[in-house]
Amino acid sequence: MVTINGEASSCAGLALSDYLEQEGFDATRIAVERNGEIVPKPQYNRTILCDGDAVEIVCFVGGG
Amino acid sequence: MAEMTGAVPSREQMRRAARDRHGDDLQDRLERTTAAICGLGGLGSNAAVCLARAGIGRLILIDFDRVDVTNLHRQQYKAAQVGMYKTQALSENLAEIAPYVETETRTERIGSGNFRDLLDGADIIIEAFDDPQAKAMLVNGVLENLPDRYLIAASGMAGTGSSNTIRTRKITERFYLCGDGISDVADDIGLVSSRVMICAAHQAHMAIRLIAGETEAW
Repeated sequence: MVTINGEASSCAGLALSDYLEQEGFDATRIAVERNGEIVPKPQYNRTILCDGDAVEIVCFVGGG
Repeated sequence: MAEMTGAVPSREQMRRAARDRHGDDLQDRLERTTAAICGLGGLGSNAAVCLARAGIGRLILIDFDRVDVTNLHRQQYKAAQVGMYKTQALSENLAEIAPYVETETRTERIGSGNFRDLLDGADIIIEAFDDPQAKAMLVNGVLENLPDRYLIAASGMAGTGSSNTIRTRKITERFYLCGDGISDVADDIGLVSSRVMICAAHQAHMAIRLIAGETEAW
């Protein structure tokens, strides 16, 4: 299991970019942290989600 | 004894007053800190006022835009400042509020090519843009390239929703996020001064907690 934003997900084995696309995230409005480290955007497609990973996807909305 | 009205207190008087409230240790730390405010709108102008009043050593104020009449309901500008660059208007206002806080203005649009230079010397970076893609660009850029800085960003403060849903979360060791995470101006709910100020105060307060050595969001 992978924990994404606090919830268990059975997406182990998927590339991060595929997971984001599947779930409908807009990659231009997010930052992704995996196991305490930021994932650089160019690495989204070669970052494979693994069992035990804790991922936080921060989504930015407009306003300030 | 009543003070004469209109006389600006001396640097020493203001410093002593701040030390009485904050204690010597926190005030020493504040005076040694530089914070960069990225975007001088509802979040940035209010966070800058909080930090200037607290007696932070130096503020780097970054924005490319001018004060517009639609800003006045929530941003720290005066009606007579419409048309001025926000950097200039805010630094003038801060000079009246906290005359001994050093301010540096950078009237430029922050992008992936210049953020390292614009943020040079900042210990704490406050992301205070309104555009979600600009927010994501700065956050990813800082976390990837300036990993030794503290970054305090914001997402979700539009509308008249409860103030109690605005919170501060610690995402990584040096990255904090304030807001409710969901209230988007794109949903046509507008920005209300009090709720934006709450979120700006969360950002400024997390900065002050970090300066005090308190690194948890809770």
